[in-house]
Formats: sequence, structure tokens, C-alpha cells
Amino acid sequence: MSSLSSPLADKRDIVALEGVTKRFPGIVANDGIDLSIRPGEVHVLLGENGAGKSTLIGMLSGLQQPDEGRILVDGKPTPITSPRHALALGIGTVFQHMMLVPTLTVAENLLLGGPWWQRPRTEELEARVAEITRSLGISVKLHAKVSELSLGEQQQVEILRAMVRNSRLLILDESTSMLTPKGIEELGALMRRLVGQGLAIVFITHKLKEAAAFGDRISVLKLGRKVGEIPPERFRTLGEQEIISEIVELMFGKQKDDPEAAERPTRTVRADAAPLLQVADLAVAPTENAPGLSSISFDIRPGEILGVAGIDGNGQKQLAEALAGQRAATGGSVRLEGAAIEALSVGERRQRGLRYLTDDRLGEGTVGTFPVSINFFLKQVGASPFWRGGVEQRAEIDRRAAQLVREYDVRTPSLKTPVARLSGGNIQKVLLARELAEGARAVIFNKPTYGLDLANTLASRQRIRDTAARGLAVLLISTDLEELLSMCDRIAVIANGSLVGTVANADDARTKVGRLMIGLAA
Amino acid sequence: MTGLFSEVFLGALLFGAVTAAIPLLLAGLGEQMSEKAGVLNIGIEGMMLAGAYLGFVGAFYSGSLWLGFLTGAAGGVAVALIMALLCVRIGLNQIVIGIALTLGLEGLTALLHHFQFSRSYPRLPAADATVIPLLSNIPVIGPAFFKHHLIVYVAVALVFAMGYVYRRTQLGLNLQAAGDKPAALDVAGIDVIRTRTIAVLTTGALAGLGGAYLANVGAGLFIPFITNGAGFLGIVLAMLARGRPVWVLFGALLFGVCLSLTTAMQVAGINIPTDIIQMLPFLAVMIMLVLFGRRASLPAALGIPYERGAR
Repeated sequence: MSSLSSPLADKRDIVALEGVTKRFPGIVANDGIDLSIRPGEVHVLLGENGAGKSTLIGMLSGLQQPDEGRILVDGKPTPITSPRHALALGIGTVFQHMMLVPTLTVAENLLLGGPWWQRPRTEELEARVAEITRSLGISVKLHAKVSELSLGEQQQVEILRAMVRNSRLLILDESTSMLTPKGIEELGALMRRLVGQGLAIVFITHKLKEAAAFGDRISVLKLGRKVGEIPPERFRTLGEQEIISEIVELMFGKQKDDPEAAERPTRTVRADAAPLLQVADLAVAPTENAPGLSSISFDIRPGEILGVAGIDGNGQKQLAEALAGQRAATGGSVRLEGAAIEALSVGERRQRGLRYLTDDRLGEGTVGTFPVSINFFLKQVGASPFWRGGVEQRAEIDRRAAQLVREYDVRTPSLKTPVARLSGGNIQKVLLARELAEGARAVIFNKPTYGLDLANTLASRQRIRDTAARGLAVLLISTDLEELLSMCDRIAVIANGSLVGTVANADDARTKVGRLMIGLAA
Repeated sequence: MTGLFSEVFLGALLFGAVTAAIPLLLAGLGEQMSEKAGVLNIGIEGMMLAGAYLGFVGAFYSGSLWLGFLTGAAGGVAVALIMALLCVRIGLNQIVIGIALTLGLEGLTALLHHFQFSRSYPRLPAADATVIPLLSNIPVIGPAFFKHHLIVYVAVALVFAMGYVYRRTQLGLNLQAAGDKPAALDVAGIDVIRTRTIAVLTTGALAGLGGAYLANVGAGLFIPFITNGAGFLGIVLAMLARGRPVWVLFGALLFGVCLSLTTAMQVAGINIPTDIIQMLPFLAVMIMLVLFGRRASLPAALGIPYERGAR
């Protein structure tokens, strides 16, 4: 890379990435990404959670620096050292999480960033805003407090801010995730008008339909790597359906040499067996920052693994918590072995054999400062034989804990080690040991391999398969489609708090689930 | 009891109230600026003590009150520098560092005073009052409000100056953004760390000035622990004032009246145990907290160190 402009770079690129790699402790967020961004083009970045989209944006907007590779601006290698530098280069970003000060007015937010000794130049701003909003056909309430605006309006303010600063490149990070369908349509139209004025746009989304509808060029990211690109020349020749099927293949297609690849289960579930866990019309009211659930229904037979696929944050955690009794349901029934348990408390449900393995291992799963031994029995505190008359029976706890440590292969220096000092994989083993202990009938796993390394991932998956093989009912919630495909008998897809479809894990399950996940009918 | 409502008594009471209010006002204004920018400055008591001690020493050796105010403010800034370095730049816990600074400065100023003056407490000459023509002739009000040292009027003018800064200037916007949504300020291209550092240093200067006034004008001498919680009262004022400097002024005057009453009632020889009278200001704090504390609105990012790109 001695020459100033590499053969990869094209003169038309205003910003180009060459082999950009970014590592965080334990993960490679971006791995050798090449990207070219041109004026007059909406460049869509598609990918699931954890694909590395946000990290890429962080580097373009100056929040993070690449570990390897380089970023070219106007053909010249340019390290983007700070957000201020990115702005000066003409790169404006609308972040996934709103970057407006809620207590200030729209005008004041737009004025943020001026030299501190100056009086804010309100009149100048008003004239500039009027000019921009007229050409874009949007209207903005300059003197309203940001906290009084809808999310869609706030987003327009952020786009406006980028325009006021003369951005040449506008980055929209998951901008549609919080908008109503109408808002999404408006945003799409606005993007088209902006590129019509010669702006370059990078549009990040995980919704395929939006990509096909608003894009000119599509790059697909998967686990930090760019797995494919559809350039504008090809994009224009393809119909919407062809684009979508090509992207589905790129996003959900099997990768070669995947170490996680496993045989599909060969377990046979007896179709005539009575369901062990029956859920009918379960509903949970939405809260301020979490979606609700509506009419969730499914049955799980003994020995069966039902997967729940979906983009993170679509009600997975609410579902798990409602089943476990940790979240109040507003309706519906939950039956375990035929007996209604929806009115029971968390402890009573556990007693009956319903177990919940949380994804929040250190937050609600364990008490980090308690020793490993006590953490095995957190849900039995006060119960014999580990406690008698309110007094801890140290010998009994240690004896049983030692047994579990052996049985579940927990790598810990000692039983007295605070559990937070263990690795994620070993903490997970402690949780597995606790929840799968005697009396379990049905188990809910929420993202059981999230954040674990390969060895522990495989071990956890084997443990879950063994659980089902013992004749327990298993509900496996995961955002990792490969994981679900390698383990489940059936896969349900959750979107916006309801199950949008259930697919038997047969040969075409990958495509069907993928299509359901991105909002298309299977 | 007749003496209680005489013109002279009332005038003295209000004069004392203003004198007592000025250190609280300066501390409150300073704390308000820090909090606006997202830094909870518990160390302000320590900054006031540093200001009181250095302000006194400066005035004592130079013979100039103004030089004393300057050294006092510098003392406050010196302590604030430590706070800015540890809490803003390195991102340590603001409460722990604040308490450590306060306790450390209590010990340090007492120790230094002991080395320098042993057990004597030399006094400064009484401060010259700047008499405002005409206004000072109004009965009761005149002598109470318009016969103070010039710095008092400067402090009151500061209230309005800061109100202007907060509402009308770019710096005001930046400060508020640093406290409410630092990430937004960062992506707007303004250095959050620098903005917060400016705020903390300004707090130090104001608190130091308040301490110097307390020692040089209010008491005319330095004794260890002279601030006696004035910095903490400043924190309460800043929290109750909801970002408005003028409310700090009202609050400071209210507390000033209580503090002044403590002295005045003892002088008037009212037959109440002095311990109870001395509780008055703190009772006032509690009443104010109960009445208005619920409505106190604090910046969203108050007390949280800013780290770019943290997830």
C-alpha cells in the first residue's frame, strides 16, 4: 500500500474503506471491510445484530479508530480522528439513538457546536433552515423543545442538522427502527430527494424490504465480514423479488467451513405425546421501553426443542419473563403438564418444574460477589437441606456444589471464588447446573450462547440437547439462526411481540425463517 | 421584645442576612455551573475552605482585600483542578473524590493555619463599604442592602451575567448539553471533557471567592472549618434552583436570613436555647427540601463520567 491511491479506490468515491478491521476485547467487530460510497447513491448496509454495522458507523463518524486498514476521503487516506473532524470532512451521522439534547429547543440543538464565545446565530440559522426545508419539502418546528417532538420529527431534525452543516455524506444508522410505517415511507422519500441533490447516503437497516425499496447499492455484513455487494448496475436490472432472494441467500446462506455447523437433530419427538408446556393467547402490556406481547400461543411436547427466532428486542425477553412469572401477563394461559400455572409466583412455577435460564447472567442470574457454591443455590435460599432454621449448612452446600462443579465441568479455582471472576462460559455452566437441577420439567433458555466462545457455545448447546433428550420441554430463544437450525425441532419467529409464524426445521427452514424474520411471509 | 422590631434591629438583621448570603450565593452559582455540565461537585466545601484560607492569607500579608479575593479564587481553582483531573479527565467517582477533597482541605487548611498563626487568630480591618447614593437613604432597606463591600454587588451582578450566559450564549448551550446529553455535544464537534473542565474550574473560582468573602468580610479572620457547611448549602441551593441563577439568589437570601436570625436573636436576648436557634438554617434546608425537593430537576448525565463511544 505504498501508492497514495490504491487500485481499489474509484475516483467517484467520496469516502472509501479499504480492509478496515476493528477489534474489541474478545470479538472482531469488523474484519477487512471494503466499502465505496458515492454521491447520488443510497448505499444500504444490511446485516443482523452483531454484524458490525454500528462499529463501522462509529469509525466513519470519528467515534472510533480502525485497528487496521484505512479510510479514504476524496481518494486520500484520511484518519478520522474525532466527531468534529468527521463533520469538517462533510460526514454527518444520524445515530440509532437520538443525539439531541431533550431539554433544548430544536434551534438550540442545531446551534450546538458553534464557537463558545459567539452568541448563537439564530437569524442566520432560521434562514438556512427555511432554505433547506423548502427544497426537501419537510417542516420543522424550530422553537419546540426536542422532548416534545415525536421520534420521526426528531429524526428529521437530525437529518436537517447534517444538512445545515453542509454534509456531503449522510449516515443513517437504523433510522427506521423506531418509526411508524408512514414515517418509514416519508424517510425513504426524503432519502431519494437528498441523493437527487447529489448527496451520498449510507443507510443501515436489517429490514430487507427497505433496502430493496430505497437503495442503489447494497452491501451485506455478517459477523463482522462483508459477505456480498450488489452494485447499482446490477441492482437496477433486478426486480424486487430477485434482489430479496439474493440478499436472503447472502444473509442467511450457510457459510463454508463453519465450525458451528452441526447436524440437524435426529431426535424423534413422539407426535402423540401430550404437550408438556402449553401457552395460549399470552399477552403482556407494552412498557415505555419494551414492546408488549400479544396472543402468543404454542405447545411443546416432551423431548422437543421449540426455537424462537427474531431480531433482538422484539419481545423475546418479555416472553421468557412472562413465562417464568417475572413479568405480569395481561391475559392468556400457561399450562405445565396440564395444570394452569399462570397465576403462580416465580418460586411456585420453579417448584413445579418450569425453569428459566436468563440471558442476563451477571445481572439477574448470579450475585457476582457471592461464592460459586452459594450461587448454585440462590433460588433455594432458606430451603433444606442447605439451610436449616435459617442457618446456612456450609458442609451440605459445599458437598453438593462440588458435585455440580464436577458434573457440569465448571472451571473455577475454588468453590469460594466469587462467581463474577469466572469466565462467561463458566458462569453459564453454574446457571445451567442450577436450573437443570432435580425437578426440571420445562426449560426456557434465553440466548444461552450469547457472548460465549466457541468451546463453551458447543458445550452449552450439547447440554441443551441432552436436556431435551431427557424428555424435558425446551424453549430456546436465540438471535443466532444457525444455532436454532442446528438444534430445534420447530422454529417460531417473533416480531413486534407476536409470533408471526412457526416453521418445522426441515431443509428449507433457513430460507423460510429468514423471510419471516425480515417481515416477509414464509 | 420591643427591640425586636425596631428599625435598627431589622436593618442589622437584613444586613447580616446579605453578608451571610453572599458565600452561599457564590457557592450555589458555582455548583450550579458544574451540575449543569454534568459534574456533581461535592468537593465545593473544600474549594471554599481553600479560598477562605488563601484569601485570608493574601489579604493579611498584602493588606488588600481585593488581592485576598484573588488569592482566594486561585485557591478554589487549584482544588478544582484536582477535581477536574480526577473526575472529568480520568473519570473517577465524583462523590468519592468530592468527599475526599472536602475532608482533605479541612485538615490541610487547619494545619497550615496552625503552623502560621499558632493559636492566635489575627483579624483584618473591617471592610470598606461602598455606599450607593440615594438608595442607601431608604429607611431599613438602605443600610441593609446598599452599604456593602463592592464585591457584594459584583456577586449579585454575576447572577444576571450567568443567567445571560446560560440562556443566550453558545457556552450556555454547550454546558447544558454536556450535562443532559454529552454524547450529542460530542458528535456536534465540541469536546465534552473540555467543556466540563471549564465548568469545574469556574466553580472553583466562585467557591474560592465565596470562601474568601466569608473569611475576609464576613468574619474578618480565618478559623479552621470556618465554612461550616456553606458549600453543602450551596449544593442544596443549586439543586433546588433548577438551573436558574436567580433562584440561587433567592435561596441564598432565605438561608442568609436564617443564619442572621441566629445571631440577631441571641443578641436580642430572646429566651430560647441557642442550640435551637442555631438549628434554624438547617431546619430551613429540610423544609425547603421537603417542599421543593421533589420538583428539583437534575441533568440526566449528572455524576456520570463521559467516555466517548462507550457502550
